[in-house]
Amino acid sequence: MAATAATTRTDTTVARQQPTSTSGRIVRALTRAPLNVILIIVALFWLVPTFGLLVSSFRSADANAASGWWTALLHPTELTLEPYTNLLDDPTMLSSLWNTVLITVPTSVLVVAISALAAYAFAWIRFPGRDWLFLVVVGLLVVPLQIGLIPVARLYDVLGLFGTIAGVVLFHVAFGLPFAVFLLRNFFVGIPSELLEAARMDGAGEWTVFWRVVLPLGIPAIASLLIFQFLWVWNDLLVALVFAGGTTQPLTVTIREQLRSFGANIDVIAPAAFVQMIVPLVVFFAFQRYFVQGLLAGSQR
Amino acid sequence: MTEGATAGVAAGGRAAAPRVDPDGADGRSGSFRPRARRPLAIALLFLLPALVLLGALVVYPIVFSVGRSFYDATGSRFVGVENYGEIFSAESTLTAIKNNLIWVVVAPTVVTALGLIFAVLTERIRWSTAFKVLIFMPMAISFLSAGVTWRLIYEQDPETGVANAAVGAVVDVVRPPGSLPGARPSDEEAVEQTASGLETTATVTPGDTVAIGLVAIPPEQIPSGATAAAEPAAVENGVGGTVWLDFTPGGGGEPGQVDAEERGLPGVSVEAVDADGTVVANATTDPDGTFTLPDVSGDVSVRLGASNFREPFSGISWLGPALVTPAIIVSYVWIWAGFAMVVIAAGLAAIPRELLEAARVDGASEWQVFRRVTVPLLAPVLGVVFVTLVINVLKIFDLVLVIAPGSAQREANVIALQMWKTAFGARNFGLGSALAVFLLVLVIPAMLFNIRRFRAEET
Repeated sequence: MAATAATTRTDTTVARQQPTSTSGRIVRALTRAPLNVILIIVALFWLVPTFGLLVSSFRSADANAASGWWTALLHPTELTLEPYTNLLDDPTMLSSLWNTVLITVPTSVLVVAISALAAYAFAWIRFPGRDWLFLVVVGLLVVPLQIGLIPVARLYDVLGLFGTIAGVVLFHVAFGLPFAVFLLRNFFVGIPSELLEAARMDGAGEWTVFWRVVLPLGIPAIASLLIFQFLWVWNDLLVALVFAGGTTQPLTVTIREQLRSFGANIDVIAPAAFVQMIVPLVVFFAFQRYFVQGLLAGSQR
Repeated sequence: MTEGATAGVAAGGRAAAPRVDPDGADGRSGSFRPRARRPLAIALLFLLPALVLLGALVVYPIVFSVGRSFYDATGSRFVGVENYGEIFSAESTLTAIKNNLIWVVVAPTVVTALGLIFAVLTERIRWSTAFKVLIFMPMAISFLSAGVTWRLIYEQDPETGVANAAVGAVVDVVRPPGSLPGARPSDEEAVEQTASGLETTATVTPGDTVAIGLVAIPPEQIPSGATAAAEPAAVENGVGGTVWLDFTPGGGGEPGQVDAEERGLPGVSVEAVDADGTVVANATTDPDGTFTLPDVSGDVSVRLGASNFREPFSGISWLGPALVTPAIIVSYVWIWAGFAMVVIAAGLAAIPRELLEAARVDGASEWQVFRRVTVPLLAPVLGVVFVTLVINVLKIFDLVLVIAPGSAQREANVIALQMWKTAFGARNFGLGSALAVFLLVLVIPAMLFNIRRFRAEET
């Protein structure tokens, strides 16, 4: 009896997974058709907003005020590069784009460097209070950065960092650290201890073990972290709104200043917003694997 | 992408694929023979930069903010819990709290549910990778650019806003707009405006004629094909009449009279209504504005139905006070559904296929398999996704600031936005600190959840 049941089960499984006959395939395709249609509609719904912004960014202010971007699909001749050439002629836009780079790159590098050092200590150096200290880091993971705005603004006033790029960078680094340390420590801990032990046998100090063994092996996690950090800071508005000054503000703040008269400035806002999002999108498509790996950080070991 | 996102996700991934040897890793790190050098000093060197920054810019601010929240706007006077009292009594903060509550209840639920549905459905299509990339893409975009994108979508004019263009396309089919929106009778004593349209005040009998002059029709709204208006002509057993634009371009002409140079209004639907209000005859006007209501008996009044005057669809005010919060939540769902989908899909991949197959073999329908096997097995992952989203939603700021137009920012207000406005707009650091502390208190349960989870996994 039990044997029969087992056989039946196997047969059913095989039949389900591989329809052998042509008719079986057709039946399968037909039952899947509604699902495919629904998911295509969903996919379009997800694509249309970005696509609409892209098309709008190639239209003049008058064209955008008179009709929707979808009419341009029927009259492609009305598309123009002018909004983008205007953008390139706008010194404020250009300098704020440069500021975004000046804020994002140092922040990403500093977060990785500082958190890698700390993560190594948490993972591979036994010191009193280590577990307790790491729990504090875990606790800090969810602290909203709003709590830092007022006190750090005052602190920066005293230190002369208010309105400087360094001030924006340091704030980002500090609030990026808990996640960075958490991610890297969890990854470093999974490195086989024999590798470290062998290096230590050869007389390597902690720094050499860190630099020669752990850091190279940690590259996948570091890549994920680098991408996340880059995207967060590139996309930040709030921190820059509070700590950056008129000449140090990044692109997000400059775009946000144009939003007051949204309709009238759409020929400035749309291309600027597209430029603002194209960099993260390129990073996303180029490093998708690391992006998803970062999201699923814990399960990578 | 904000920082809360991945904080929870890191834990999320763990739940998705439980570690095989939960205590192996930590045991290894301590397994060296005791070192000659003092470990604490070395560890401190490695930790120093992180500890200094975390201490000065994260931990110290927490302590400072709590203290500062008990002082007034300028910090000169101790006010006790007055600032917290204001949070729960001022209209602006109460609106913010109410909206945050809506956000926390709706957004994480919808995002998690959609993520689950997408994760399950994409397992059954061939182009699942393309689908996932597309849904996940908005995660890389800033709230600012996403906000600009959605503000374009929500433009109220159906000519420029794609959301209203889509709704309008449906509405105009179901309720076609009239040809004469906004038209008024030229002689308001003879013709009155009622709920059902324009109706003659006096009744007529068969053989009579009716002249209904209309005004307030802009030139571009005159139906194409309109010719010079003709005098109403009497018919036997029926009512004849004219509907025309009672306005002579350049002046002159007499109200209520069909003058030369005045034009008929074609395509207007005309009804004869008896004393009970029943429609007894129908007609449509000719190019010269004339019409004939045949086979009428007794006293009737003549009516131009309300459908002639129906305004075209003018667009739903998505970003008006009533709909602004739901509208912004939709854009949030668009951004975050991909996150939920990817994390849940990873969890789904970790479920042993045999369990699902066994249920199917036992005769369970696909829905039952989903409801009774898949969802319970995914519960830990769903929980982590949900908590991550709750933390993220509590701090929502950019999206509201960018999408809500100035006129609706009060109605769309959220705590983080109010905190920024209070502290850096109104320069009230006391109330601002209290709002920041309030936000911190709201995420403390999530903080404890993370710590508990971490300890459980490490031991």
